Amino acid sequence: MATTLAKADESVEHAARIEHVSKSFAQPGGQQLVLDDISIDVAPGEFVTLLGASGCGKSTLLNLVAGLDEPTTGAITTDGRPALMFQEHALFPWLTAGKNIELALKLRGVPKNERRGKAEELLELVRLKGAYGKRVHELSGGMRQRVALARALGQESNLLLMDEPFAALDAITRDVLHDELTRIWQETGLSVLFVTHNVREAVRLAQRVILLSSRPGRIAREWTVDIPQPRRIEDAPVAELSLEITEVLRGEIRRHGQH
Amino acid sequence: MASTETKTTDTAGLAGIEAGLDALESSVARRTPFRQTFVNKILPPVIAIAVVLVVWQGLISFKIVTDPSKLPSPSAVWHTVEDAWLQGTLLDYIWTSVSRGLLGFLFALVIGTPLGLLVARVKFVRAAIHPILSGLQSLPSVAWVPPAVIWLGLDNSMMYAVILLGAVPSIANGLVSGVDQVPPLFLRAGRTMGATGLKGTWHITLPAALPGYVAGLKQGWAFSWRSLMAAEIIASFPDLGVGLGQLLENGRNASDMAMVFEAILLILFVGIAIDLLIFSPLERWVLRSRGLLVKS
Repeated sequence: MATTLAKADESVEHAARIEHVSKSFAQPGGQQLVLDDISIDVAPGEFVTLLGASGCGKSTLLNLVAGLDEPTTGAITTDGRPALMFQEHALFPWLTAGKNIELALKLRGVPKNERRGKAEELLELVRLKGAYGKRVHELSGGMRQRVALARALGQESNLLLMDEPFAALDAITRDVLHDELTRIWQETGLSVLFVTHNVREAVRLAQRVILLSSRPGRIAREWTVDIPQPRRIEDAPVAELSLEITEVLRGEIRRHGQH
Repeated sequence: MASTETKTTDTAGLAGIEAGLDALESSVARRTPFRQTFVNKILPPVIAIAVVLVVWQGLISFKIVTDPSKLPSPSAVWHTVEDAWLQGTLLDYIWTSVSRGLLGFLFALVIGTPLGLLVARVKFVRAAIHPILSGLQSLPSVAWVPPAVIWLGLDNSMMYAVILLGAVPSIANGLVSGVDQVPPLFLRAGRTMGATGLKGTWHITLPAALPGYVAGLKQGWAFSWRSLMAAEIIASFPDLGVGLGQLLENGRNASDMAMVFEAILLILFVGIAIDLLIFSPLERWVLRSRGLLVKS
């Protein structure tokens, strides 16, 4: 199997190790190459964003890391099963907010009498104390994503994969959730691999920004972001670096118009 | 420096901003006042029934229809019902049919559910059986009465057989379409949480398919009741005990139009009552708890 889980006794140097991964999909008229020779290491506790325009295969890559799909060539190693958060909250509407989290705990094998307390703790971590009995449709978009985050955290994975989780939210809510995510990342020491097409978001959150080119997705460039947290999206250094990255991204996109 | 100041207050103020956003964006569900429910939901059907009764009585009172063997007056029908009640037979008629109907429906549930799950999940079974199940839904179940009588004779088992043939396809198809409509996102989310195989079916697929399943149950009950009435009318036999279908047939044989009307109204009443008491609340509860039922 190409996707392997690291053994527990092995000292783990990487939260995720993506080695020369390529992925192609069968298409009428041949194979379509979506990802081409991607290698990324995510260190324990590191926050990495994957940035790219449409068609760069960033969601495909995340699916591969999550184990929902297999790479065509190359290998992916993760430290346990990663948790995954989607653009849509993906909360189960037949369960309350609290029970959604408890399901993650149950599937992880947490004994029944501990689940309720843990779920309440996780809700408190995302500042949704008191939302335990709320149905999904009773929550706002931002609250749903926070419950989804709490559920993902409930998986107690060392690696959190996020697939444009804030893209569908309004600007104010997104801003608040950036602050929350940064706080929780710092508190828990999680490794995060965060996919987005929003340059400022990428710079606002990450320690490292990886830019993917499109069709096929290849690593175009990489930036280390050493602006201290907490950052604001409107801070001058954030804006400056965003501008630089945007220029490169635009250059990548422009290439596709010149055939 | 101003910027560091804002940053330190930010972390403290963040919880406040968040609480404000949460309060602004979540809607508080209010219960509709009874008065409004009464005016919007209860009054209109009551008026409609009253209009039908007035028109019916009018046809008699203004001598538009004079032959009581064609159209009995509402009061004559009411007297027939009253008599049956006083003789203690009314509840017997109803219970004979309802117990058959519900028991048959339960059998259909026990058979239809695993069948539906099998069709939904196993490709070969789906290819083999799904078209037949869909086709059976459009076959009037009254068509099963003659073969059922020949195979099983004139007894209760023949009634149950007809109910099963009517209701099982609805229940199974409801579950199949429920499973088909489960959003793939839920399955992916479940898989990343470790819900694969049977765990995935139990924790994700089945609860996600519940709305379709309940719709199938509701339809299954309607089919059970109709099939049973058809069976009772066609295969009426004194030893079977008099259900509502037999009552209707007895009325026809006696040329007692009031009894015929009594039977029709009771059949209608029971069908609606079971739906209103069991299936509609079940469906509303399932949909409302998922936010799928928008108050109009």
